[in-house]
Amino acid sequence: MKQPGSVQQTLRHTALGLSDERAVEMYKTMMLARRFDERGQLLQRAGKVNFHISGITQEPSQVAMGFAMDLKNDWFLPYYRDYGFVLSLGMTVKDLMLSVFAKGEDPNSAGRQMPGHFGSKRLRIVTGSSPVTTQVPHATGLALAAKMRGEPSVAIVTFGEGSSNQGDFHEGCNFAGVHQLPVIFVCENNQYAISMPLAKQTRGRICDRALGYGFPGIRVDGNDPLEVYRVVKEARDRAIAGEGPTLIEIMTYRVTAHSTSDNDMAYRTKEEVDLHRGKDSLPVFKKYLEEAGLWSDDQETKLQADIRAMIDEANEYAEKAPFQSTDDAFRYVYAEQSGEEL
Amino acid sequence: MPVIEYIDAIRLAMKEEMERDNDVFVLGEDVGLKGGVFGTTKGLQLQFGEQRALDAPLAESAIAGVAIGAAMAGMKPIAEMQYSDFMFPATNQIISEAAKIRYRSNNDWDCPIVIRAPIGGGVFGGLYHSQCPESVFFGTPGLKIVAPATAYDAKGLLKAAIRDPDPVIFFENKKCYRLISDEVPDEDYIVPIGKANVMREGSDITVIGYSMPLHFAMQAAEDLSQEHGIEAHILDLRTIQPLDREGILEAVSKTGKVLIIHEDNKTGGIGAEVAAIIAEELLYDLDAPIRRLCGPDVPAMPINPPGEKHFLLNKEKVKAAMLELARY
Repeated sequence: MKQPGSVQQTLRHTALGLSDERAVEMYKTMMLARRFDERGQLLQRAGKVNFHISGITQEPSQVAMGFAMDLKNDWFLPYYRDYGFVLSLGMTVKDLMLSVFAKGEDPNSAGRQMPGHFGSKRLRIVTGSSPVTTQVPHATGLALAAKMRGEPSVAIVTFGEGSSNQGDFHEGCNFAGVHQLPVIFVCENNQYAISMPLAKQTRGRICDRALGYGFPGIRVDGNDPLEVYRVVKEARDRAIAGEGPTLIEIMTYRVTAHSTSDNDMAYRTKEEVDLHRGKDSLPVFKKYLEEAGLWSDDQETKLQADIRAMIDEANEYAEKAPFQSTDDAFRYVYAEQSGEEL
Repeated sequence: MPVIEYIDAIRLAMKEEMERDNDVFVLGEDVGLKGGVFGTTKGLQLQFGEQRALDAPLAESAIAGVAIGAAMAGMKPIAEMQYSDFMFPATNQIISEAAKIRYRSNNDWDCPIVIRAPIGGGVFGGLYHSQCPESVFFGTPGLKIVAPATAYDAKGLLKAAIRDPDPVIFFENKKCYRLISDEVPDEDYIVPIGKANVMREGSDITVIGYSMPLHFAMQAAEDLSQEHGIEAHILDLRTIQPLDREGILEAVSKTGKVLIIHEDNKTGGIGAEVAAIIAEELLYDLDAPIRRLCGPDVPAMPINPPGEKHFLLNKEKVKAAMLELARY
């Protein structure tokens, strides 16, 4: 916080090398992700779309991750709650809305995949699937390619703590450790794998597993986006310096049900959820910017109006947009130039 | 034209493609200094270095998954599964990922990997060093699957697989490695994926198959020609996905009698689909019911010699089936 007087206290984001503009941009992106996510849930409840899966209260740390990376060179392998992450990488609300409505213009999959299955080669966001954790060895492979070609690229992959129990987590981490590859493994530990609380998933700390692979494992508070930024930035610096992978465990909490198909009150209490909802770091980050003199009520009013307009416009566009024609159902099973389609 | 062994054809295909394209590399268990447990990658690490003949930790899902990631970054990886029996941990990566990456991204991403896996028995490998898992992957759109029977096709198909823009499973037959030798030109060539090959012309019966059992059919055909004047028409599918429908129908039309052979077990095998294609298109042109001679429907072959012999096809079994069909 800026204070008058002879001693100038350095702001946290400034100390981390984030400009004021970037810090404000982070906040705007977090809020955009939040409002988009809320709209997605609303659309499902209104019967306009079939499915939505939420990342609410995980967005501040997701956005912090994106801001710590090099968008021109790095590879991004998000998991299905990463709206904040992909918005920070250049995906637009219109792109996401087209995906929620499963329309042909959806750049992720032309409406073939469920929402939350991101992919955009232009944005270096690697296409993902539903069987969890398959993306972890992919990140290792992308990092291997970067090392072989001498490219300044780091692969960053996210997954839930439930996923960390899959064999692909272990296999991907171990391979990357052996070959000291430029990859960052990020576990977004929201403490639930559908209905299973953390205690039923694992007895240990996810970050401690890094010890077994011979690289650093760091646990960070997901409600402190600037600390997440710092940790991811350091992991990226290590990767670029040839010092190998890092495992980061972001401690967060899933305040929504697993998806719109889940009733979480069957396995946890409202009190528990409300407790964590109260720790939401979005208003905290806003307060930080206000105290730093970087944000005002007027700006907030304008931001909310701008976001509302953007989401409304995207919503309307996506709702009216056509589905991919079933004439295209056989397209892209194989490369078309090979002429060997089944 | 030089005569070389099937295993050398595979190694030469990798060596030449690695010389031709810096993005091509091989990864797998023991593929480095040891050159693979069969010697398939021998010399590649010495020539191309540790990165391009990359020893991977013993974890098949990572071998496939890391290869897929590298392929999405633009590399052309060849992932070696030490035995096809051990590739099942990688099945999720192959079927859920490699096969669907182009389709699910609407052509934004692609996955040009080759997965090499040795199939087949007859080496006293027991249940878990002898299997033919083709049918597990067959019928997965997005994958191409090849299974050469000759050194010529092994080299040409592997080169085609490496240059192919989509994932290709290359099932090499470990019994063929040193048993099968044939003429392979020094010059660069490919065998196109999706094209079957007539191995022998004949007018009495048609035999359709792939990989090692075709050699039994070829030997049996010579016997039947000399002993009974029966001339067999033999078609090597070479690619088992996508199947060469036209090639299959043409070969069956030559004789009107067809025997389908493979070492993978009979139920749900490639032969079932080949038989269905024939039945759909040519049922009323047939002069005999479609026959299949395949591995028995048991989990896998035993290591004890009588048990292994009982499981496997051989010249006598194939000859008897061919003769019976010819006399129908």
